[in-house]
Amino acid sequence: MPTKRLKESPSQTAGPYVHIGCTPNFTGITGVYETDTGSVMRTDAMQGEQITITGTVFDGQGAPLTDALVEVWQADAAGRFGQDNSGFSGWGRCPADQSTGAWRFDTIRPGATGGGAGHVTFWIVARGINLGLHTRMYFPGDPLLASDPWLALVEETRRGTLIAQQTGEGQFLFDIHLQGPHETVFFDA
Amino acid sequence: MADPLSPRDRDWHPAPFFPDYKSSIYRSPQKPLVIAPTSESEESGPVFGHNMLGPLDNDLIRNFAAPGEMAIGPRPIVHGRVLDENARPVPGALIEVWQANAGGRYRHAKEGYLAPLDPNFGGCGRMITDENGHYRFMTIKPGPYPWPNGPNDWRPAHIHFSVFGHSFGQRLITQMYFEGDPLIPLCPIVRSIADAAAVDQLTAPLDMDVTAPMDALAHRFDIVLRGRGSTLFENRLEGN
Repeated sequence: MPTKRLKESPSQTAGPYVHIGCTPNFTGITGVYETDTGSVMRTDAMQGEQITITGTVFDGQGAPLTDALVEVWQADAAGRFGQDNSGFSGWGRCPADQSTGAWRFDTIRPGATGGGAGHVTFWIVARGINLGLHTRMYFPGDPLLASDPWLALVEETRRGTLIAQQTGEGQFLFDIHLQGPHETVFFDA
Repeated sequence: MADPLSPRDRDWHPAPFFPDYKSSIYRSPQKPLVIAPTSESEESGPVFGHNMLGPLDNDLIRNFAAPGEMAIGPRPIVHGRVLDENARPVPGALIEVWQANAGGRYRHAKEGYLAPLDPNFGGCGRMITDENGHYRFMTIKPGPYPWPNGPNDWRPAHIHFSVFGHSFGQRLITQMYFEGDPLIPLCPIVRSIADAAAVDQLTAPLDMDVTAPMDALAHRFDIVLRGRGSTLFENRLEGN
């Protein structure tokens, strides 16, 4: 096994203008990139139950983060990662609405993976977040929740912060709280 | 299944809660992170192909400019390698950069600094590392600028970097500073990093070997992403 010789580059905040680099079209810088990378996750070709995940990231004063950038990474309907040829990239990126802080992903419901219940990995950056925050969204009523190895690491009273609310057919709400009584569980994996 | 990623040294990274950087006060989690072993979700990640890139994506001097025009300001080349903690190059890494213009002004609806926009400067660029993990782009040296934090805080000149490795658990956003900038040690965002050696890792030295004579200076900025396989989760629970 090779000896570890280098230190990981330290993180710095994405700042309030992350959109310029990651979603330039969203912020009105057009004509440089054809599209904003990660804005479309699924094509008509792919298999699986189409779902929409919406939410807002809230700070410790209950204010929505209107400058956040949210990324997701997930398995396909069969629980496989990175199967680009299936018409589903598995990766999405959405800037929060600059007035309301709302974000949205049109995706498919991930299948159970070898490691546990179907879930979507979330990564959140913004001004004031010095190192990107990593969490997971699980689906309500999934019988595999009880045996999921990551949920088992979380104290029972906080597990609910990782489970989306179903608000309609194929519609899931997953608000993220950075602080406060409902602070979302974040992981160091 | 891929090897697990080695754990992050969170003492090397900036403190999440750093009151001198006011925005961190209400945006840093207050409860401890839950330590978990990496799974396939962290050990896999999106793949980006060179075919997504346009010919000017790595030329911030021209990629927003009117035909035949260029952005104004000093025009450094910035280059380096993406490596993992085991010093292995990371090929195929997508790097996205963004920055202010030479006057310290960002092209963004929420930006209010009085320095003017440069009509020929957008401020974004991207590239994918080659088989040796190398990347390179041309840009305008960004200006320092004041920001609303303390009564008189200034950001040192910097370029933001967003980096994807081969797995989502390596995902990193950071900033590059320019060697010799006296504002670096004064900046609260920089000072959220406790270790001076870690700040040095984000400070790009002048690289005369790569300058373009009669054209551009150059700075070298190597980026290190988490490595694989060097530490087991079980070891970590024992405090390694």
